[in-house]
Order: sequence, then C-alpha cells, then structure tokens
Amino acid sequence: MTRVLIVGAGPAGIRAAEVLAGAGLCPTVVDEGARAGGQIYRRPPLGFGRTPEKLYGSEAGKARALHGRFDWLVAQGKVWHLPETSVLALRDGVAHVLGETRRQIPYDRLILATGATDRLAPVPGWQNAGVYSLGAAQIALKAQGVALGRQIVLAGTGPLLTLLAMQLRAAGAGLVAVLDTAPMRDQLRGGLAMAAARPVVALRGVSMRARLGNLYHAGVTLERIEADPDHGVQALHWRNARGQSHRTACDMAALGWHLRAETHLADLAGAEFDWCPSARQWLVRCDDMGRAGKDLYLAGDGQRLLGADGAELAGRLAAIALLRDLGRPAPAAYGLLRRRARMQRFANAMARAFPWPAEAVAALPDDTVICRCEGVTAGTLRATLPASGPEANRAKALSRVGMGRCQGRYCQLAGAEIIAADQGLAVPRAGRLRAQPPARPAPIGAWLSTPPEREAE
Amino acid sequence: MSQPRLVRLAETARSPVRFSLDGEELTGLEGDTVLTAILLSRRALRRAEFGPEARAGFCLMGACQDCWIWQEEGGRLRACSTPLRAGMRLRSDAGDWPGAGA
Repeated sequence: MTRVLIVGAGPAGIRAAEVLAGAGLCPTVVDEGARAGGQIYRRPPLGFGRTPEKLYGSEAGKARALHGRFDWLVAQGKVWHLPETSVLALRDGVAHVLGETRRQIPYDRLILATGATDRLAPVPGWQNAGVYSLGAAQIALKAQGVALGRQIVLAGTGPLLTLLAMQLRAAGAGLVAVLDTAPMRDQLRGGLAMAAARPVVALRGVSMRARLGNLYHAGVTLERIEADPDHGVQALHWRNARGQSHRTACDMAALGWHLRAETHLADLAGAEFDWCPSARQWLVRCDDMGRAGKDLYLAGDGQRLLGADGAELAGRLAAIALLRDLGRPAPAAYGLLRRRARMQRFANAMARAFPWPAEAVAALPDDTVICRCEGVTAGTLRATLPASGPEANRAKALSRVGMGRCQGRYCQLAGAEIIAADQGLAVPRAGRLRAQPPARPAPIGAWLSTPPEREAE
Repeated sequence: MSQPRLVRLAETARSPVRFSLDGEELTGLEGDTVLTAILLSRRALRRAEFGPEARAGFCLMGACQDCWIWQEEGGRLRACSTPLRAGMRLRSDAGDWPGAGA
C-alpha cells in the first residue's frame, strides 16, 4: 500500500487524513500537539471542563466535527496518529521524527499541513518578559485557562487582534487597550472587499470590534515597550492616528500582524518558493490542489494563509490530488475549488485591510533587538550589510539575524525589510532564508543514546 | 511587582501537582504545562543568555524556543509544551556546565 505521511493535525491535516482513509489508505499523521486540532481548534488536556462553545464560540460546531472525526479515524485504526512528535528532517523519502523516541518514517507521498505562526514585527523592548505573540495569549486562554498578565495590551493588526480581545474580556481578563496599527482608511477599503467575499464573517468581525468601544484604537504607531530587566513589561508607548503620544501601563503586551506560513519542512522537502506581494512573504509554489513537487503536497495555512475554513478545504483538495496522482478514484474537487477561491479573495482583501507595517519596521532605531533569540540589533544588521551585501543568507551568516534557535521564524521578515530599506531594494530582492535541518532544536542525546527505530515497510 | 505573571481564569478544579524550581517547592495543577505552573508562582522562567533581561516564553506553540527550562538531571525542556509531572525538579539555568550562567 502507498505510504502517506501527513505532518500536522490541524484542520488541513485532519481533512486530508479523512479523505485518504475513506479511500482505503492508512495515512500516518505526525503532530506536535498532545491532542489533534491544531492551533485554532486546540484542545485543552484531558480533565479540563470547558465546553467547545466556551472555547471556540461561533466555531464550536466545526471544532467538534473535526475532533470527533479524527478521534474516530484513529480509534478505528484508519489513521496512525503520532502525537507530541516533531519532524526534524526529511531526506530521500524518510522523515526523521522525534517524540518519546527518535524514529525514521519512510513514505511514498508527503502532505505538509504545518500551519502558521504569528507574524511578528519587532517593537523596541519586545525581548522582555511579558511580551508574547497574540497566538500565545489565545493558546494560554484556550488550552490552560490562564491570562498571561493582569493588565493586558494587545497590539498589531489582523482578525486575531479583535477576536482575542473579545475572548479575553469574556473570560474576565484585565484588558486595558487594543492598539491596531492598520489605518482606518485601509480597514474600510479592505473591509468592503472582505464583506463581498464572506459577508457573515466580515459582519461578525465588525460587530466584535464595535463591542470593544474605546479600548480600541486604529492607525496606531507603536513606539516602545517600557520594561524592567527583572520584572518585565511595565508600559507601552504609542502614538494615536493624530500623532498624540500615549503611555499605557501594563504588565503584558501581546503582538502580532496576522500570520506567517510555516514552510520550513516544505523547504527541506525541496519545494520552490515565490514572493507573494499580497501576504508579503515567501510562499510555496504549488497548484490550486496543493501539488508542490514530486510526491509532495501542501495544505492549510502553511500553503496559503486562508484561515481554518480554507485549511479544511485545502486538506481535502491535497488528498484528492494525491489520490488522482495514484490513479485511484477520488471525490470531486470542483465545489471545493470554488469555495477555496472565495477564501483567497477574502484573504487578499484582509491583507489590504490589515497591512504589515513595512515602513515602521524599516525605520526601527539601531538599538532595537531584531533577533530575540540572540539579542542581535537592527544596528548590527545594518552594519553588516557593507560586508555581506543585501542577500539575506549572507547577512544572516555575518550578523546572526536568523541564526538563533527559532531559526529565523520570528525575525526573518523584519530582517528582510531592514536589509531592503538600507540597500534601497524591493524586499524580495533580499532573498529568502534557506531552511536547515533540524526543523526543531533536538538534544544531541537523541542521537547518542537511542538507536533510531525503523518502521516496518 | 512580585506578583506572579499568570492569572487563572478557569479550570481551577484540578488536582494539585508538586514540583520544585531552583530548590523551591511549588505546586501546580494536573494538566498545567511547565510554563503555566512556573509563571503562576514567578515573574519569569529564566534569564536571557545574550542580554540583561528575564524571559517568560513568547509563542507558546513550540516555535520560538524562548521557554527553555532545565531539569536537575541535566535535560532541557520546552516549558510551553511539556506537561507538568509530579516530582519534577527544575532549574531556571543550565547549572555548572562550562560557560553556562557565567
């Protein structure tokens, strides 16, 4: 039987597994989570008591359906699930994975449903304790029932900014300000196109925003995070749309500018990349079905940033493409493709409504930390450029921006903006950081002490 | 200023789990991650290696590696994605390894 490996058990990975299982293939699903669901539909540990309605609000039905479907597939032996397991490397049709033990999993076809992380723009002071990503604040609330601070400021832009604010308030967290860097002008223009593509979703966003009242500010410029080295964040300094300065006292600041596709494994699997001017990042070259290379398929936010509904469609489409490529009967794709196209129109409009703050990043002061892992500043990166030239991989080798333990996940987009602005180039001319294995830091001991376990073929 | 960083908002009816951090006996709840349990008693997880500041995690999804914590027997953990287990003996730095904590 054809051995299919799926990486990621979020909405895309689950739907891909379901379609393949329905065709009689028994895919292996590797996922870093303890329980399947991904980030948006992340489940708390067993023994927690809140209902899906409490955790996922209007999306509770979708969450229930996905979780129930996947658990059933695993219980029936139609899918082999490896939870709490990271893929470290892909080579010659073998995935090197690390969970409780290290294993090698040979495969014939690979579906990558690796999702996305928050997209981060550095703000002076963001290296301090008490600064988190927006996604982190949502995960803490959903999966642990905790707030990451007592006086919380949310800053950045994108749909998660408003959604998270509502969720924190509903849970009783101390929310003191919601600072959106997107100017109201862009939000109105993009918002109309969002409403044209998905009216219900757009209306829900507008209504949530209205309920935030005067906590919410649009067109904000973030100046710096004031912090004490021992105690962490103390205040956020910002200017409103009219340029007036504010200092908001807080002990937690969560930042995020929509999403960054997680493409590390796709790069290791040999995918090609194109600069996407709309998402303003490098995305994997693939067809609408998710075909990205020989025996390689992508689905979900790691392919195109369409959100959870789009990820379910993309997961089904990738599995259908795989079945067709094997010459097997497959469900029809036409309806799914049409709905996916609508998701793409919505995503493009959203990118216009909630833009990445390119000018602010390019103009960051020299003493701003760009690489949180190793404390490398914008000034160090700029000082490197006369020697390295504008190519991001060379600038990384000399400045170490992108070389730290997160492997550039949180600094490389900002780094490219700084390089491009300094050298007077368009951002894609700075190039793309090449991914290196291991995709996650792994202890040397995993290689010394346990012999890799080769799966039966 | 000495208040712990996190606040429990829900799911408080779980069994207590005892562990230690830097020799101090602490208590979390069954189902807490190591990060949750520590930051309900402390302001931070560890010190940065490349700057003066304390660190308390950042992405909580295993991508940023900001939340590293050590065990007394030497192993390193990602605090955001490691479930707390009774009797864990944790350290906020790597201890007496050459160059560590200097």
